[in-house]
Amino acid sequence: MQNFRYTKDHEWVTVDGDLATVGITEYAQEQLGDIVFVEMPDIGRTVAAGDEVAVVESVKAASEIYAPVAGRITEINPALNDAPETVNEDATGSGWFFRIQMTTPGEFDQLLDEAAYLALTGGS
Amino acid sequence: MALRGKLVPFAGWELPVQYEGILAEHRWTRDSASLFDVSHMGQVEVSGQDAAGHLETLIPASLQALPAGRTRYAVITNDDGGIVDDLLVTRRADDVFMVLNAARVDADLAWLRSRLPALAFRHRPERALLALQGPMAAAALSDAAPAALELAPFAYGEFDVSGVPCTFSRSGYTGEDGFEIGCDGAAAVVVAEALLARPEVRPAGLGARDSLRLEAGLCLYGNDIDAGTSPVEAGLAWTFGARRKAALGVPGAARIERELAEGPARRRVGLLPEGRGVVRSGAAVWDESGHETGVVTSGSFSPSLGVPIAMGYVATRHAEPGTALQLDLRGRQVPARVAALPFVPPRRHRQHPA
Repeated sequence: MQNFRYTKDHEWVTVDGDLATVGITEYAQEQLGDIVFVEMPDIGRTVAAGDEVAVVESVKAASEIYAPVAGRITEINPALNDAPETVNEDATGSGWFFRIQMTTPGEFDQLLDEAAYLALTGGS
Repeated sequence: MALRGKLVPFAGWELPVQYEGILAEHRWTRDSASLFDVSHMGQVEVSGQDAAGHLETLIPASLQALPAGRTRYAVITNDDGGIVDDLLVTRRADDVFMVLNAARVDADLAWLRSRLPALAFRHRPERALLALQGPMAAAALSDAAPAALELAPFAYGEFDVSGVPCTFSRSGYTGEDGFEIGCDGAAAVVVAEALLARPEVRPAGLGARDSLRLEAGLCLYGNDIDAGTSPVEAGLAWTFGARRKAALGVPGAARIERELAEGPARRRVGLLPEGRGVVRSGAAVWDESGHETGVVTSGSFSPSLGVPIAMGYVATRHAEPGTALQLDLRGRQVPARVAALPFVPPRRHRQHPA
């Protein structure tokens, strides 16, 4: 079982070494409804934690995606360009957004754990 | 609620925004038929001597010539030549029946009552309104209300569904064939269940209703038309009819007549942004030399076309389809072209195919 951490902006993060994978939570995709476009950051871009890096468009609304940790964008999910609905179908798996080479790997542990995130969304 | 829709509050009503998902509901409406609960719409009965004639003094449409059993889309104008509301007006045997926007009912009634004291306006908030929309809408009524199939577009009739007396008008807000069905609110579940029992009918929410009406190029009051926009700018002067156009006799007629004669300074147009970012209501519109020329009033993703679409107002010199413009998308400019409306051609029922 991978260790998931979360942000209050409804993003999830997993890490492999100092490489963080970022997506949006099941709760977020449910709230957004049908996702029709994800505007991705440029690969190679250096970001600080909290920087706006992507935009997810649903039929209803656009929502900003923030970098949960600092680092450099190394990869974006190519599948989302042609099939943005993958985010609705598998938000915490094949619907991942991008990967960040972390500058400060310790930042991951500062993010919300599952219990704290569920408390935030009123889930159980 | 029994259908587990997602509800949001609007103008004092809890509204079903979506059931299965906006995209699926939108496509089902275009391919088959959907049932929308639009009970928040204001249903008002108007009675009094020569009600149609009196209403013509506030509504620039040919209502006196409208035969009983026929429905017309129209606007109510204000003293500035802006739009108080857009509505459906039906001439019935003994009265006039109007369907108004939910958020405008109070303002409309205050305006109508102050100007037309001779008429009685009865708001019927206890009445439900269900919209059955899509190419299979008529087929779906073949058991429940077969007589409704005989209605021409924009015709009105009264038929029972499962023993519940209902009003039917062959109209809608999706660009598809369909019916708007009114009944007592306490009996609406019986009517809805009878229609949803048909395999071609599924429930749809107001999210899909909005993307369907935008594809069909139809105005949403508060977005695309309001107290400041004139019916001429909005491209709604066709609702006047020839007789009224020649002698409007409504509030704001001076501005409307001037715009009819000289052309309005700005016009409502369709906009097709490049790329896949959805340009939303409120976004600025610039011409090719960077001068602001208008504003986006509705924007969404078009499920039928698979691209973002928008509607807005631009200076008349930029209103020609094909004109290259720039739209604001979250602080940057995206190229766009003016597009003819509707984005998706209507497939309303025709009795005599051309």
